[in-house]
Amino acid sequence: MIVELGAFCLVLALALSLAQVGLSAAGVRRPVLAGAGEGAATGAFGALALTFAALIFAFVTSDFSVANVAANSHTEKPLLYRVAGAWGSHEGSMVLWCLALTGFGAAVAWFGKGLPRDLKARTLAVQGALGVAFLAYTVFASNPMARLSDIPLEGRSLNPLLQDPALAVHPPMLYLGYVGFSVVFSLAVAALIGGRIDAAWARWVRPWTLAAWSLLTIGITLGSFWAYYELGWGGWWFWDPVENASFMPWLMGAALLHSAVVTEKRGALPGWTLFLALATFTFSMLGAFLVRSGVLTSVHAFAVDPTRGLLLLGILGVASGAAFALFAWRAPALSPGGLFAPVSRESAMVVNNIVLTVAAGTVLIGTLFPLIREAMGGETVSAGPPFFNLTFVPVMVVGLLILPFGPMLAWKRGDALGAAQRLWIAAVAAVGAGLLAVVIVSPRKAVASAGLALGFWLLFGAAAEIGQRVRLFKAPWPEVFRRMGGLPRGAWGSSLAHAGLALFVLGACFETAWKLELAEVMAPGRAVTLGAYELTFDKVGVVDGPNYLAERAVLTVRRGGKAVCTATPERRFYPAGGQTTQEVAICARGLDQVYITLGERRGTVDGAPGWLVRGYFNPWVQLIFLGPLLMALGGVVSLSDRRLRLAAGRKTGAAS
Amino acid sequence: MKRLLLALMALFCIAAASDPAERLADPAQEARARNLFQEVRCLVCQNESIDDSTADLAHDLRQVVREQVSAGRSDQQIRDFLVARYGEFVLLKPPMTAANLPLWALPFVMLLIGGLLLALRLRRRPVAAPLSEDEEARLAQLTREGRD
Repeated sequence: MIVELGAFCLVLALALSLAQVGLSAAGVRRPVLAGAGEGAATGAFGALALTFAALIFAFVTSDFSVANVAANSHTEKPLLYRVAGAWGSHEGSMVLWCLALTGFGAAVAWFGKGLPRDLKARTLAVQGALGVAFLAYTVFASNPMARLSDIPLEGRSLNPLLQDPALAVHPPMLYLGYVGFSVVFSLAVAALIGGRIDAAWARWVRPWTLAAWSLLTIGITLGSFWAYYELGWGGWWFWDPVENASFMPWLMGAALLHSAVVTEKRGALPGWTLFLALATFTFSMLGAFLVRSGVLTSVHAFAVDPTRGLLLLGILGVASGAAFALFAWRAPALSPGGLFAPVSRESAMVVNNIVLTVAAGTVLIGTLFPLIREAMGGETVSAGPPFFNLTFVPVMVVGLLILPFGPMLAWKRGDALGAAQRLWIAAVAAVGAGLLAVVIVSPRKAVASAGLALGFWLLFGAAAEIGQRVRLFKAPWPEVFRRMGGLPRGAWGSSLAHAGLALFVLGACFETAWKLELAEVMAPGRAVTLGAYELTFDKVGVVDGPNYLAERAVLTVRRGGKAVCTATPERRFYPAGGQTTQEVAICARGLDQVYITLGERRGTVDGAPGWLVRGYFNPWVQLIFLGPLLMALGGVVSLSDRRLRLAAGRKTGAAS
Repeated sequence: MKRLLLALMALFCIAAASDPAERLADPAQEARARNLFQEVRCLVCQNESIDDSTADLAHDLRQVVREQVSAGRSDQQIRDFLVARYGEFVLLKPPMTAANLPLWALPFVMLLIGGLLLALRLRRRPVAAPLSEDEEARLAQLTREGRD
C-alpha cells in the first residue's frame, strides 16, 4: 500500500513539475500564475519527499516484492544500511537526484522573495523543465517502485564494502552538490531568455553556487575518505572515471564562484559567468550519465544498462544543447561588461578561470579519450593516475603559483609591485620551508619538497591576505582587532578556502612522497618496526558480527617503547554475498596516521599460524581530508556573509 | 620538526609493502618492479593498478613483471612485452604515440589557447584611455551601489 502511494506520488511529482513549467512560464507576466507555479514547485518537492519516504520504508521493512529492494537489500543488514540502500541503487539514486532537483526548485520558490519577479518565474520554469525530464526518466525507465511477481524470500544484499557510515551520507551530499548547480543553470537560462544580466543576477548566482560547491566538496571528501580506509591500501584518489565525474563539476563550480564575484562586484565577464553556469550543471549531468551508462569501467559504477544511458545522454544533449544554443544566440547582445587592466584582480580571476577550466578539460579528456579512441576503431587505452600526474598536476601548479597574487591586487587596475611587496615575506617563508624540508626530511626528495613549498606559499598567502586587510603590523593592535571584527565574512571565507587548499596540497605532497609501507607474515608475539613505530602482534580473536564473521587481530603500536595505541584490524566474511573484506585499523597521531590491515592466514617459517599484516605510516594524511573540509567551511562562512543574505532585498531596485 | 625527523630518518624501504611471499631478493630489482606495477592495469579489476589489487590476475601479472625484471630486461622492454600480450589497455600511462597525441597535447594546448585569448582581450581594450560616457555612468552607478 505504502509502496503504491510512493509510486503514485512519483507520478504526481511529474505532473506537478509539468504544471510548474506551464504556470511559471505563463507567470512571467501574470503574478497570479507565477504564484501558482511556485505552489506547484513546492508540491512537486512534497510529493517526491513522500516517494522517497515510501522507498526508505520499503527498504527498512525489507519488502522484497519491490524489485529494487530485493536486488539491493537483505534482512540481516543493519538498519542504517537498509536506509542508505534506498539511494545505493540506480533507481533509488535517481529518486534522490529528482528529490534534490525539485527541492532546489522549491527553495527558489521559498527563498527567492527578493528576485525580480520575471527572473524568478523564468527560473522556476526552467528548473521545472529539468525536473520533468529527470522525473519522466525515473517514472518510465527506472521506476524504483516496480513490483516482482515472484517474491523472493531474501534480498540480494548490498556490497559489504558499501556498508559504511561515510558512504551512507556520501551520496546525499554529492547529489545536493551536483544538483545544486541546476539552480545556477536555471538562473542562467532565465537571464538569457530575459536578455538581462547584471550585478543583481550575479549576486543571486553566488549563494547557490557557494552552497552547491560546498556540499559537493564535502561529498567528494567523504567519498575519498571512504576509499582511503575501506579499500585497504591507503590510496585516497584513483582518477577513477566516477571520481572524475564528480571532480569536473567541482572544478567548474570553483571557476564559476570566482567569475560570479567579478560579475557581481565589477559587472565584468557576464558572458563568461553565464557560460560557466551552463557548463557546470552540464558536467553534473555528464557525471550522472557516465556513472549510469556503463560506458566506463569503474569501481563505483551502477548496474550497466545501455538503454538507460542513452536516455540520460538524450536528456543531457537536449537540456545543454538548448541552453548553449540560447547562449550562442543571446550572449553576443550582452554588454561586454567592465574594463580592466592586465594587472588587476579581474585578470587574476580570469587566469584562475582559465586554469580551472583547462583542469576540468584535462580530466574530461583523460576520462573520455579512451572511449573516443575505441569508438574510432583504435585500440583501447587506459588513462590512469600516471597520465593525470603528468597533465592535470602541472596545469594546476600554474594556477596555484599565481593564486596568492589575486586577492592582493585591486579591482580594475592593480599594482603588481605593491602585491609583490605584500607577498615577499610569504614567498621567502615558503621557499625556506621547502629548503628546510629538503634538509631535514629523509629520504631527500626535491620535487616533493617543492610541492611543500607551494603548499606553504598558498598557506602564507592566505594569511597575508587577511593580514593585509586588517593592516597587521601596520596599524596599532586595537585597530587591527577592530578591523578583524569588521571584516566581511566573504573575506574570511575566501581566505579559509585558500588555506584549506594549502593544507590539502601540503598533505597530498607529504603523504605521497614520504609514506612508509610494510607487509609481513606475523604470528602472535612478533614485532616489526614501521618508521619510528613498533607494531607488536598480540593475538587474533573471532568476532560474530550482525551479518558477518570476522577475525580480529590486536596489535599494540609503540613509539620509543611506549604504547600509543591499540589497533584492531579485521578480516570479515559476509556469508550472504560470500565476500571477504578488510576493516582497517587507524591510529591517528597528530597529522599522521598508522594504518594497519589484516590479511589472509598463512603459515610462518616455523610452521606456526601467522597472518599477513600490512602497515602504512601515512604522514600528514589528515590534512588531505581536513583541507577540503576547511574549503567547504570557507564556502559556508562566505555564504553567511551579510551582503549575500541582504542582497535580495537591497538589490531589487538596482536590478531594473 | 624533530618528531618528523625521527619518524622519517629511520627507514627507506620502498618495496616493503609487497607480499613477502612474492618479493624479489634484490631490493633494487624489487623497487624497479614496484615502480612498474603502478603503471600496469589489473585487467579484470575495475580500475586498479596491479600494485594495489589483490585479484589473482594481478598476482600473476606481478609475477610476470618480476620474472622479467630479474631476467634483466629494461622497463621499456617489459612494457612492450605487456602491450604485445594484452594491448595498450594494460598500461595506465598511455604511450606517447601519434594516436594518443590528442590525449597528451590537448591539456597544454588548451592552456595555451586560454592564455592567448586572455592576452588578446587585454590588448584589444587598453584601459589607459580616458573614461567614456558609458564608463562615467557606470562609475556613478558603482559608487551608488556601495564601494566593494
